[in-house]
Amino acid sequence: MNAQHQPTGSAYFIEKETETRETHTLSVLVDNEPGVLARVIGLFSGRGYNIESLTVSETEHEEHLSRITIVTRGTPHVLEQIKSQLERIVPVHNVRDLTVRARELGHDKPLERELCLLKVRGKGEHRMEALRLADAFRAQVIDANIEHFIFEITGRVSKIEQFIATMKPLGLIEVCRTGVAAMNRGIDS
Amino acid sequence: MTATMTETKAKPAGRAMAGQQMTGAEMVIQALKDNDVQHVFGYPGGAVLPIYDEIFQQEDVQHILVRHEQGAGHAAEGYARSTGKVGVMLVTSGPGATNAVTALQDALMDSIPLVCITGQVPTTLIGSDAFQECDTVGITRPCTKHNWLVRDVNELSRVMHEAFRIAKSGRPGPVVVDIPKDVQFSTGTYHAPSPVIEQKSYQPRVKGDLAKIKAAVELLASAKRPMIYSGGGVVNSGPEACHLLREFVKLSDFPITSTLMGLGAYPASGKNWMGMLGMHGTYEANMAMHDCDVMLCIGARFDDRITGRLDAFAPHSKKIHIDIDPSSINKNVRVDIPILGDVEHVLEDMVRLWRAQSQKNDAEAMKGWWSQIAKWRGRNSLAYAENRDVIMPQYAVQRLYELTRDRDTYITTEVGQHQMWAAQFYGFEEPNRWMTSGGLGTMGYGLPAALGVQIAHPESLVIDIAGDASVLMTMQEMSCAVQYEAPIKIFILNNQYMGMVRQWQQLLHGNRLSHSYTEALPDFVKLAEAYGGVGIRCEKPGELDDKIEEMIDVKRPVIFDCRVANLANCFPMIPSGKAHNEMLLPDEATDEAVANAIDAKGRSLV
Repeated sequence: MNAQHQPTGSAYFIEKETETRETHTLSVLVDNEPGVLARVIGLFSGRGYNIESLTVSETEHEEHLSRITIVTRGTPHVLEQIKSQLERIVPVHNVRDLTVRARELGHDKPLERELCLLKVRGKGEHRMEALRLADAFRAQVIDANIEHFIFEITGRVSKIEQFIATMKPLGLIEVCRTGVAAMNRGIDS
Repeated sequence: MTATMTETKAKPAGRAMAGQQMTGAEMVIQALKDNDVQHVFGYPGGAVLPIYDEIFQQEDVQHILVRHEQGAGHAAEGYARSTGKVGVMLVTSGPGATNAVTALQDALMDSIPLVCITGQVPTTLIGSDAFQECDTVGITRPCTKHNWLVRDVNELSRVMHEAFRIAKSGRPGPVVVDIPKDVQFSTGTYHAPSPVIEQKSYQPRVKGDLAKIKAAVELLASAKRPMIYSGGGVVNSGPEACHLLREFVKLSDFPITSTLMGLGAYPASGKNWMGMLGMHGTYEANMAMHDCDVMLCIGARFDDRITGRLDAFAPHSKKIHIDIDPSSINKNVRVDIPILGDVEHVLEDMVRLWRAQSQKNDAEAMKGWWSQIAKWRGRNSLAYAENRDVIMPQYAVQRLYELTRDRDTYITTEVGQHQMWAAQFYGFEEPNRWMTSGGLGTMGYGLPAALGVQIAHPESLVIDIAGDASVLMTMQEMSCAVQYEAPIKIFILNNQYMGMVRQWQQLLHGNRLSHSYTEALPDFVKLAEAYGGVGIRCEKPGELDDKIEEMIDVKRPVIFDCRVANLANCFPMIPSGKAHNEMLLPDEATDEAVANAIDAKGRSLV
């Protein structure tokens, strides 16, 4: 960075970001104990990191382990810091950057799926159109009466975004999404 | 101290029998004993009364009654830093816990091992906004390494032992154990500390990667302008780490500088010592950091007060960084060879490899480097205008050093100009002799910290080099010092200003001294007497030595009101936003230079 661009007058520095920001998916294995999610979220808010999506559930009942899947966005430097900072939290067992691993395996990104419920209200032609499109997207009807449908759709984030956009003019009134669950291809865990 | 704890030793048998039944309050005391705790700093209140009742009925653990919970925290920090042991504090729920927060954050930033036990309202009342209730684990989550709310008495002993393990292992830090009052009353099974670690997560790595250490040794041996930059992590790693650091400096003949927190790891009288680096570091240390070609950073974290302008920080150097905390590596400054591990273990390998490979430094290049350093040293960057009529603050610290250097002395400080002068002019020969609030910069740290040090070292000379503003923030602990006959010496460099605030106002805000002058100060001599201590005032340079001697001879707490030049400023200084090689030196720091050191752009920043 050029010295003239550096603001003076402070021991704190505002550096112009030169690295490009990337979206990564992190998989964090933690002890399922009270407050563990608050520790993880507090780290992100306290240090100014982004959370784009967050999913958490106990995955190994005997060992009381939960898996937290976080989609975050930052420069490679920040992403590396996020991983190190997460690893410092005492109940965190391990942190894996699934996006980095996917690239090592020669893929663009890890397998990512999200489940979404949509409530669509409508009558007549709109209603028929909604049903036809839902069929095209392989969404399922899980509840309906003569004036509404609730669709369930599973898939990549982009597909869900597209489905939501499609349903909007057809009477979409409520959306609920789970956030991303992710895993890498191949036999290795 | 730090990392070796992954191999926790089994405690001698017979202290607590396996599976013994006792109350939660009894467990707390038993766990303290089983973790070799002799002193606890605390303040009672409703939610910890059962624990205080147990303290009353035993003599193994001594309780030191402070006057404010923040004081308990800093005292425990001073105790920990001067002994290498874990400091322990005990406070009540609600305000007791919130008052402890400053000390917890202070310990977190300076990596001080601290166990803070807080009382909590009974489990049935949690969440009901009960009297003196607060969400202690919620409030202290970001200012501790880890914390626990213990809802089941049968979990209590395990949590207590784990608290001690986490506080002192890896990068040390504070932990909080929050114990509801009903858990303190109820009876359960106590388990002694286990020789095997039950915790599956959090296993800090202590041994460094040998391949990387080898690469580091080779890079160091090839260096033409090497520089060692050591930090508080060396002191935390323990006496053996400091010994190995000295050994490595001797073997390599490299120049060494240190952060504020690392002073004493390498002796100030050592021939390779360059003085402290950073914002108020010496010219030679900062210039050498800027121009070095290989930097060895040991247990330091590239703090903003150290690096100056980041993009101009040691621009031509290859950097090696030894740290036990992975998140410290590549955080502010990218390094070429990161070595994750405990300083002691890594330095041990480093010294061994250097010897085994009969590595030699580049003698020809080193000669040139040292002669360059000699030129920088010749600049005499710590010079100040001497004065016969008023005491210069630098002179006061120099005299204090000369008159106490041959004694068994510990120094603590508050935060501000006096702290920097103490760091610049007091020579530390050994680690654990220097207690200061580095990361958080907590005014009011020094007096209670001195108290904690004195409790740990009753026969030693413990001096808090203080400022008149800082010291008033925790002055009430004088009362505690008198109660426990702790003969701490509060050496106040009294200039009636918040000197560092004023210095920044002069640099940044057109000399508009907004609220940095204390128009009403107490009479510190009378204040000392009011507390039951001894007050000494000194106003002339000629009487300084005699009065310092008088202070040392008094075996009671002393407040020494040293009236110093009111408007002296702390130099050298890297003006904000400048690089290491753009220091403002004392002889260049005219009023005009000070006023123009920083341009208008910077004023929008802190």
